[in-house]
Amino acid sequence: MNHQLLLSLISGVFIAGAAAYLGTLMLSRKMAVVAGPLGHLALPGAALALVYGFSLSVGAFPFIVLGIVVIWLLEIRTKLPMEALTAIVFATGVGTAFLFLPIGKAEAALIGDISQVGVGQTVAAVVLGVAVLLAVQRSYAQILLIGIHEDLAKTEGVNVRLFNFIYLAAIAVVVALGVDLVGGLMTAALVAIPAAAARNVSRTLGQYGMAAGAFGVLSAVAGILAAAPTRLPAGPLVILASAGIFGVTLFWSQA
Amino acid sequence: MSEAALEVRNLSVTLNGTAVLSGLNFRVEEGEFLTIMGPNGAGKTVLVRALLGLMPHEGEVKWRPGIKIGYLPQGLNQMFVRDVPVTVGEFFGLRRVGAAETARCLELVGLPRAMAQKPAGYLSGGEFQRMLVAWVLAGRPQAVVLDEPTTAVDVAGGETIYSILGKAGREEKLTILNVTHDLNVVFAHSTHVLCLSRVGHRCFGVPREVLTPEVLNELYGAQLKFYTHP
Repeated sequence: MNHQLLLSLISGVFIAGAAAYLGTLMLSRKMAVVAGPLGHLALPGAALALVYGFSLSVGAFPFIVLGIVVIWLLEIRTKLPMEALTAIVFATGVGTAFLFLPIGKAEAALIGDISQVGVGQTVAAVVLGVAVLLAVQRSYAQILLIGIHEDLAKTEGVNVRLFNFIYLAAIAVVVALGVDLVGGLMTAALVAIPAAAARNVSRTLGQYGMAAGAFGVLSAVAGILAAAPTRLPAGPLVILASAGIFGVTLFWSQA
Repeated sequence: MSEAALEVRNLSVTLNGTAVLSGLNFRVEEGEFLTIMGPNGAGKTVLVRALLGLMPHEGEVKWRPGIKIGYLPQGLNQMFVRDVPVTVGEFFGLRRVGAAETARCLELVGLPRAMAQKPAGYLSGGEFQRMLVAWVLAGRPQAVVLDEPTTAVDVAGGETIYSILGKAGREEKLTILNVTHDLNVVFAHSTHVLCLSRVGHRCFGVPREVLTPEVLNELYGAQLKFYTHP
């Protein structure tokens, strides 16, 4: 196996695994589609990255963090639903992006380019992927309880603001990393599809998280390995592999 | 006089410039079953949230120091957990309740301990509501606050839940604050009632003493009477 393919596979596995595990929480809180708008929010940063020649994730991350902080502050201030606030902020991001995005070079920003990932980016994907997995695993009960009923979580002593922030920060990291793998257009699929497939075959929370992570990793490996022989971009292939797994799980659906 | 489980003095809550509650005073002793009743919009849920420190208020809400409070909020229904593949045992685990305590509480409400392995989203409506009561009783709280706990179950199911709570109240000296519209619950299970109305009328005391037909009429604006079978 060549060195570049190995780096792509390692990056893809950690990004997709963390995204899928986080996706189980986002699906439970009916926020899986929020990752889509947030991916779009990365586009102004991706535009800068393409213009100045640095990593898409590095360009995307500050814009996503800025967007998340604005959403978090607006949620405290207005109590509007988080998906409505996300829609407002992401539309601003997309509008800004298309003022600066060099359309001729936009493909990588829109559908990702994991095939050219470097050693530094791979290390970042591993470290941040593990950090997201640990943060989500340790906050899972509290974040789920907030989703079930915020007042109930408060009376159980859960610091709702803190855990909402951890949750949003994890989403920001996953979306920024996801831009490298599948681009700004399809990050929602990284969190939503493996989690939805896992939902079909799980009866317990433990199975749910494990299955989602496994489906995410499997999709990333299949998509990246299929890219070279088919001469197609890895991003869309990862998503199609994920959709294929979802299709198969329909035969085992618990619902 | 012994220390009250809860003492409320001059409690007022204002929402968007409108006084929802003003100058409310009452006291709940340990082991009492207080029902908070009144028509929609009278401020029952606002009162519960203020008592639990979940919203800004004026006046004094004084729980007995160190008291452990369980809370079952309004609208915690099965749809919330149906979207998540969570077993009953894992649902208890969200509150860091262990397997032994989960089994004890399930049996307390008349459910088999094996139910801990079942998906919570697919219990029957009655089983789910009983499971929620077990959930709120887990960890042996000394007081529980329940906001319309029987809205999703039929009359028989609701009666079972109140019987369970009454039994737990007697056996474990549990103080119960319960919000309901159901007059039957007030007369059959409550030691005290606090009634609130949209026009500021209120009453507090033993149900048979304070819930006269005139009071019910003022509360609900209809000619209501409550009859008990001889």
